[in-house]
Amino acid sequence: MADAVPPVAMTGDDALLDYLLRLGDSDVVLAQRLGEWVGHGPVLEEDIALTNVGLDLLGQGRMWLTYAGEVEARSCGRGRSEDQLAFLRDGGAYRNLQLVELPNGDFAATMVRQFYFDHMHLSLLRALTGSADARVAEIAAKAVKEVAYHVERSDDWVIRLGDGTSESHMRMQQAVDRLWPYTGEMFAVDAIESALIETGIAADASALREPWLAAIDAVLAEATLTPPTGEWMQGAHGRGGKQGIHTEHLGHLLAELQFLQRAYPGAQW
Amino acid sequence: MVSTDQHAEQRALVDATYDERAIVALAWEALGTVPDPEVPVISIVELGIVRGVAFDGGRLRVEVTPTYSGCPATELIETMIRERLAASGLRDVDLVRRLSPSWTTDWLAPEGKAKLVAFGIAPPHRVENRIDVAGIGPLRRTDAVVPCPRCASPRTRLLSQFGSTACKAQYRCEDCREPFDYFKPH
Repeated sequence: MADAVPPVAMTGDDALLDYLLRLGDSDVVLAQRLGEWVGHGPVLEEDIALTNVGLDLLGQGRMWLTYAGEVEARSCGRGRSEDQLAFLRDGGAYRNLQLVELPNGDFAATMVRQFYFDHMHLSLLRALTGSADARVAEIAAKAVKEVAYHVERSDDWVIRLGDGTSESHMRMQQAVDRLWPYTGEMFAVDAIESALIETGIAADASALREPWLAAIDAVLAEATLTPPTGEWMQGAHGRGGKQGIHTEHLGHLLAELQFLQRAYPGAQW
Repeated sequence: MVSTDQHAEQRALVDATYDERAIVALAWEALGTVPDPEVPVISIVELGIVRGVAFDGGRLRVEVTPTYSGCPATELIETMIRERLAASGLRDVDLVRRLSPSWTTDWLAPEGKAKLVAFGIAPPHRVENRIDVAGIGPLRRTDAVVPCPRCASPRTRLLSQFGSTACKAQYRCEDCREPFDYFKPH
């Protein structure tokens, strides 16, 4: 950092803020989607399980967004609270992966989306436990234990439904294929992440793809499902959810998530 | 239960002596009577979430770590801690939420585990370093034996990885046929 021009420090914090929003927003948006299952789960146990996974993600999202607000305050003197970040940003300011904002669909689609996300999430958090930023490492160490259970549950369902009835197999294969193009974005690294990888703060997501593929393929094989091979990936070239480019579904999700605070600003329990 | 007289006595102790060690001991005692709102048979001390108590410069500092990130009881527990400490005369309290090292069920007190069994909840196995195991478990897992807390039968089956709260899984005993919660190793 010798004789660096002043804005460098600012840029570091700006990049960190953006990165924390990426981590936190994916958690919050997926938690919201899972929350939509309340009262609609196929059986009571799954109703409870889906929302418990959502609750874990919401708690993790809160930790990331709280830290994001503190970094923002450090960087520009005025930081937003976790609530302000979650409830008062428009879609274009959200930095979540497109995969997690996609509608729930049937139980197969919900579980495949979770399966794809969980395996990436686990290895990302594992890598972040070694972050040069102590707070990032601390939050990751907390979250990784919870996500290990998410992975187990998702694997169980993919195997049970893939290697289940002809109907469940067919629906799982459809979900596996349909969601596949949204997985590339998880491992795409842009300039913001590159800068943070260089300083040891961010994890190199591109290095996580090979182990992710190996893990996914092993489960799909056990589930008698065919791994997709398509190479075209949505939003993976610097124009995806992490850059604020979203599908048409995010706005509808945020309308529901943010309604109360938009209609009654500052309302509290 | 602590009687009103005892409360008055405790408040007098705080006001009069300012003996650091006595106050810290009093705080631990008070915290030991705060129940976990979701598993009320054990206290937050037995749960292992109180990570430190110190008294310095006239203020009490209590460090608490959350169990699960999304645990909805976190805020409630903090309110209960403040109320209970205030009842013992400890009003100038700094509650610090500590994340690291992250909570593990290995911190559950042995007497807490016994209380869980008596309450019908199977206590957690030891974690060691579960998350560091390279790659996640064998695909069709054979889970560790979780004995039934009612009839002690080892023939039990996992129903769901998530139970009535995020920290518990649902099991069923194949012998007495009763469903029960298993406090997951974490």
